[in-house]
Amino acid sequence: MFTRVLLRRHSVLPGFDLSLGVTLLYLGVVVLIPLSAVFLKTATLSGEAFWATVTSPRVVASYRLTFGASLLAALINAVFGLLVTWVLVRYPFPGKRLIDALVDLPFALPTAVAGIALTALYSSNGWIGKWLPFKVSFTPLGVFVALTFIGLPFVVRTVQPVLEDLTQELEEAAATLGATRWQTFSRVVFPSLMPALLTGFTLAFARALGEYGSVIFIAGNMPMVSEITSLLIITKLEQYDYTGATSIAVVMLLTAFTLLLAINLLQAWARKRQGK
Amino acid sequence: MSASIHAAGAGQAPPHLPGATSEPAWVRRLLIGGALLFLSLFLFVPLVAVFVQALSKGLGVYWAALSDPDALSALRLTLTAAAIAVPLNLAFGVAAAWSIAKFDFRGKNLLLTLIDLPFSVSPVIAGLIYVLIFGLQGWFGEWLRDHDIKVIFAVPGMVLATIFVTFPFIARELIPLMQAQVQEQEEAARVLGASGWQILWRVTLPNVKWALLYGVILCNARAMGEFGAVSVVSGHIRGQTNTLPLHIEILYNEYQFAAAFAVASLLAALALVTLALKYIVEQRVARQLAAATSDTPAAA
Repeated sequence: MFTRVLLRRHSVLPGFDLSLGVTLLYLGVVVLIPLSAVFLKTATLSGEAFWATVTSPRVVASYRLTFGASLLAALINAVFGLLVTWVLVRYPFPGKRLIDALVDLPFALPTAVAGIALTALYSSNGWIGKWLPFKVSFTPLGVFVALTFIGLPFVVRTVQPVLEDLTQELEEAAATLGATRWQTFSRVVFPSLMPALLTGFTLAFARALGEYGSVIFIAGNMPMVSEITSLLIITKLEQYDYTGATSIAVVMLLTAFTLLLAINLLQAWARKRQGK
Repeated sequence: MSASIHAAGAGQAPPHLPGATSEPAWVRRLLIGGALLFLSLFLFVPLVAVFVQALSKGLGVYWAALSDPDALSALRLTLTAAAIAVPLNLAFGVAAAWSIAKFDFRGKNLLLTLIDLPFSVSPVIAGLIYVLIFGLQGWFGEWLRDHDIKVIFAVPGMVLATIFVTFPFIARELIPLMQAQVQEQEEAARVLGASGWQILWRVTLPNVKWALLYGVILCNARAMGEFGAVSVVSGHIRGQTNTLPLHIEILYNEYQFAAAFAVASLLAALALVTLALKYIVEQRVARQLAAATSDTPAAA
């Protein structure tokens, strides 16, 4: 049935109808229909009721914390991610391969495990927390620590392949023409890494916005102070306020889709810059 | 000439002027130190802490936490959810990759974006959507109650949420590799009279086996570790709807820290095994992809 309508070019291989049929059916049942439920549920609300829910002070405070901590964590990850990538690609040192493999730990470690480990470390009598003059666990700063952990691999893994592909001839040329090492880095190397760095930053930011598991242990979860938006959705659900939970979910979904679009555009830009 | 360019491109760093393309030794040491300090504070120390805290009250407490009936039932449910979610997403991944890589059709880019969609949805929302459909106030809520079927606050809902969050993993590993590989072998098999299934089993899947394994490893790790999505639909009934990550939360909130970390160490060990397997398989995938891309110009 799809063959006549969609296929652009005939192929000798069979199975187009079956494979696309299975793909669309599964995608529809598991992802698209359930996701549409969020929007259909919200559509039953009046415009004012929706607006009142998503702009109530407690919800706005949660946006401020979620966006602020995610932005800060993504920025720190951009700076230190670039540093880690540079060191891993350019310098030889003992244990490098092991460290390279461990960078993916936040992808593999369940968020609940990361959450309790970070909480214990950064609490006021924890291994790291006891050396710090200020409280981290159970404050908004704790949210930032958890979000930095989960966003760490994104920048490294997007910048790494680009830095590896960068030919050193460009840098040699710059040096021959009299540029200092810093000028070469800031005017030649850094601009070529920029699209990948921005993509990694946006990926880390998007991931942080929706994060739940690692944050709730370390945040303290005080309304108006250290309560993230994902947690607020769960709180509303537990109070059987389904429309309230769904309205906030719509705001988060729309933000996520906007970021997804931004990531796609950034990646298209990066490919164009690399001439691929 | 071309050989020397290739050697420089493929090998390690080409011989270079000292100072021209590298930094002074003290800068290098400073940068390495900074990177390692950052990674220690945010990665290595937390990982070590899990195991140290798990054993802080001795092996007896550690063992008791792991052999507790509630922990065992949580382990069983975690394995069950992964055993259902991973094969389903595997079958979907192969179907999606076959249709996208082997055929040229309208709407392909839209389909690719939609497959990635679950990655940008917060896990909490992944749980919420199934509550809206199968919960008591949801679309099928009353019908399910009348027929005495439980989805939300029961195992089926948790499996569904797990499937949702792990949905893209295998498809997105297979699609780029299959798109890069040339189709000549499959077309030859077809001309020689092989059926579609024979081509899939004997030609296509052997060509992508490492990428497939890679996707399965990542999918499985996420399926066993998922917290937010299953937390929304679980209802936290001990011994019934608790997975290992949810069991950790309960123990932690009851101030049974050593026990919570004991269960956490099990999942941390799984994460380390995942990373080791990932490292081994990654190199094989890179080799397959390199082989696929170097084939292309010869064919064209």
